[in-house]
Amino acid sequence: MMKKVEAIIREESLEPVKKALEKESYFGMTVSEVCGRGRQNGIKLQWRTGEYCIDLIPKTKIELVVLDEDVNAVINAITANARSGEFGDGKIFVIPIERALRIRTGDRNENAI
Amino acid sequence: MEIDSGNTAWLLISSALVMFMTPGVAFFYGGMVRRKNLLSTIMMSFVCLALVGLIWVIYGYSLAFGNDTAGIIGGLNFLGLSGVGLEASETYATTVPHLAFIIFQAMFAIITVALFTGAVVERIKFSSLLVISALWVTLVYCPIAHWVWGDGGWLYNLGALDFAGGTVVHINAGVSALALVLLLGKRKGFPQNPMEANNIPLVVLGASMLWFGWYGFNAGSALAADGLAANAFVTTTVAAAAAAFTWMIISWIQRRPSVLGTVTGAVAGLVAITPAAGFVTPMGALAIGVGAGAICYFCLLLMKTRLHFDDSLDVFAVHGVGGIWGAIATGIFASSSVNGYSGLLEGNVQQFLIQLLAVAVVAVFTFVMTIVIGKIVEKTMGLRVSSQEEVVGLDLSQHGERAYGGLLR
Repeated sequence: MMKKVEAIIREESLEPVKKALEKESYFGMTVSEVCGRGRQNGIKLQWRTGEYCIDLIPKTKIELVVLDEDVNAVINAITANARSGEFGDGKIFVIPIERALRIRTGDRNENAI
Repeated sequence: MEIDSGNTAWLLISSALVMFMTPGVAFFYGGMVRRKNLLSTIMMSFVCLALVGLIWVIYGYSLAFGNDTAGIIGGLNFLGLSGVGLEASETYATTVPHLAFIIFQAMFAIITVALFTGAVVERIKFSSLLVISALWVTLVYCPIAHWVWGDGGWLYNLGALDFAGGTVVHINAGVSALALVLLLGKRKGFPQNPMEANNIPLVVLGASMLWFGWYGFNAGSALAADGLAANAFVTTTVAAAAAAFTWMIISWIQRRPSVLGTVTGAVAGLVAITPAAGFVTPMGALAIGVGAGAICYFCLLLMKTRLHFDDSLDVFAVHGVGGIWGAIATGIFASSSVNGYSGLLEGNVQQFLIQLLAVAVVAVFTFVMTIVIGKIVEKTMGLRVSSQEEVVGLDLSQHGERAYGGLLR
């Protein structure tokens, strides 16, 4: 059985998280730039005079699909490198995966991840 | 002397051309930093037009070009541009209004400060940079401009050749960059994390503005619309072309013909020809350009990849080393057929030695003074932004703005 680990983290945490995962030999991942909000306040910006607030803050989303038994190791590697203790460190979601398939070879499920 | 309308027109146009180089530096540097520091990097250059422009007319010009004291510094006789008027100066650029000469010189002081900011981007506190810049213009730029160009300046009297500011502008900015990086340290995450340029087309735009403006810088330094200006115009073109081509070929041999590398090569060539533009022939300029491309390339490689020295946008490798090469090369390739001065190739060993001395003295003075200024600012107001501000980026933390709007930046 497989799970997808979806982590929304600070942009600057990407490099250390990526390196830590690679060290534990979780090499494959999909990364995207996203925007969102949680408990972290918005960022105040200024216009020629006066100011306005950006309440959707840029974050980085990492997605990787792993075997059930690897989920905890992956979560640990991410949290250890993405936690600052301040609002805005992000969240991790674990989602069950029904099927997986590698397009080049046709490998399925555990063989495909 | 009578005001010459042709010379005046050319010098005023040249001043505008040199003014355009400072936003050129802003884009040249801005394109090379990470997206979160784009505005702050542009601002570091652009603000020089305001800050140094004011200092120059209030007291800077006077310190550099006022009545000489012991060959070291100018007097305060031109304070607030008093006595600088519509008539020509008796000493400097005697065929154009004195006001045209001071504004031409103002643009040089402005861009010199803008140049060294490239070494400290992405981590220096904006307020501290302003204080450093003001002190630096006063205590480093003005004295050196006086030594080299001022009437009675000791390097000028010694016969050091610097046509358009290789020593005053480029060695000065390059060595200061070195000193400031030593005090400031590396950017967080350098060199292990990639620091990818946010917009290389912006770098090309900036380099092109620099090349364009450099015609005012070099050909304008003839201070007349004459044959010498034309010679400087041609040598400037030849050196930039030769250095760009050389850099491209070296980068091609090692990997691919890099765009970022080719435009950097052009700037290195422009730097190197600056002191020589009015003393060498076009073929001399070709040799200087090839030398600049090769020397700056390998120097940059050494600093960045071997020594892991975070002179972030390579100010020392391009302006310091390119400037030193140019000043020495002037002593090698100067041709009496151009401006009456001979270099080493025509058997004038003394000129070569004078060039070496000028380089050494300016480099040492600038280095020591910049360290002192940097230390004072470090102790009183601090040099770096906090670690958190650096991570968020200087655009947001220092200026409360960001370069691009929209959902994702």
